Amino acid sequence: MSTAATDLTISDISVGDTLPDLSYPVTATTVVLGALASRDWRPMHHDHDFAVNRNGTQDIFLNTPNQAAWFERYVTDWTGPTGRLGRMKFHMLGSVFPGDTMVMRAKVEAVETDEVGCGWASLLVSLSVGDELKTDCSVRVALPASEDDNPWTRRGHDWRP
Amino acid sequence: MSDLVEIPQSVFDLIGEVQYEETGEFPVEQGYIWTTCSSVENGNPLFWDAEVAGVVTGGPIAPPTMLSVWFRPHSWAPGRTEVALPLQVHFDLKEIFGLPEAVMTDNTIVFHEPVRPGDILHTRQILRSVSEPKTTKLGTGRFWVIDVEYLNQHEELVGVESYTGFGYKREVSA
Repeated sequence: MSTAATDLTISDISVGDTLPDLSYPVTATTVVLGALASRDWRPMHHDHDFAVNRNGTQDIFLNTPNQAAWFERYVTDWTGPTGRLGRMKFHMLGSVFPGDTMVMRAKVEAVETDEVGCGWASLLVSLSVGDELKTDCSVRVALPASEDDNPWTRRGHDWRP
Repeated sequence: MSDLVEIPQSVFDLIGEVQYEETGEFPVEQGYIWTTCSSVENGNPLFWDAEVAGVVTGGPIAPPTMLSVWFRPHSWAPGRTEVALPLQVHFDLKEIFGLPEAVMTDNTIVFHEPVRPGDILHTRQILRSVSEPKTTKLGTGRFWVIDVEYLNQHEELVGVESYTGFGYKREVSA
């Protein structure tokens, strides 16, 4: 069966390619839903008074694991289900609050095939609100080397994230 | 530069040492997978369509970025007398250095074997470094790096997370 019409292979992409932007209006529900989905009960992600008066932030804000989930969703929207995350590194420069419209953008920084034949794309992903960069994220994602390849079958020595 | 507590030898001794080996409080479960996907509107059919998951990943899996979710303790449990905290090394350092506030500034995750519903994962924490005192717009404190390794019930590595935390005291306005 076909897994998705959008499944990419490594030959479909080039350095400099950009991913479609993802724009999302963040609400208090977005923040609280994301915190509880990731089992993060800390009050700065659901208690406005605690966030402002204890943490010194302007409001409750998106937690780290939920930002990771947003980045995963953004990247695999592009790759299709055969894309397999290998590594993700993100650096938070500022918080994302209710009322913000966050925008994710990404560019392909490198394309390679490793020694065991696995195709890899390195992406630089940004999460911004207005002109302000809130989080930058480097992602290394495996893509099929050909139409009959599947990175998810790689194990042990053949998986080098 | 600051009145922060010096780094005690006991903290230096912990750098590189395995701490807090723990087993998750519950098996990896499908319900949380759907709740997490829903929270970010992730429609990847790997998580919603068993037939696609069967073809691509040999059966259902959890989103790789959910690694830490499986180790966040219940907010309450019978018999528990103290609040259980995830990433205990982070909270230990806050206590040791007398730094009441903390945020995470960097997070690196390396993904290995897929995590599947029913898996029972275990984890261990390793302190990698503690910085000299630093002042940011949040306050004055220290940065630290903690690795968390995750393994499944077959002792296969499923992922490694590396967190950079910043524990701090807020600057008090005159």
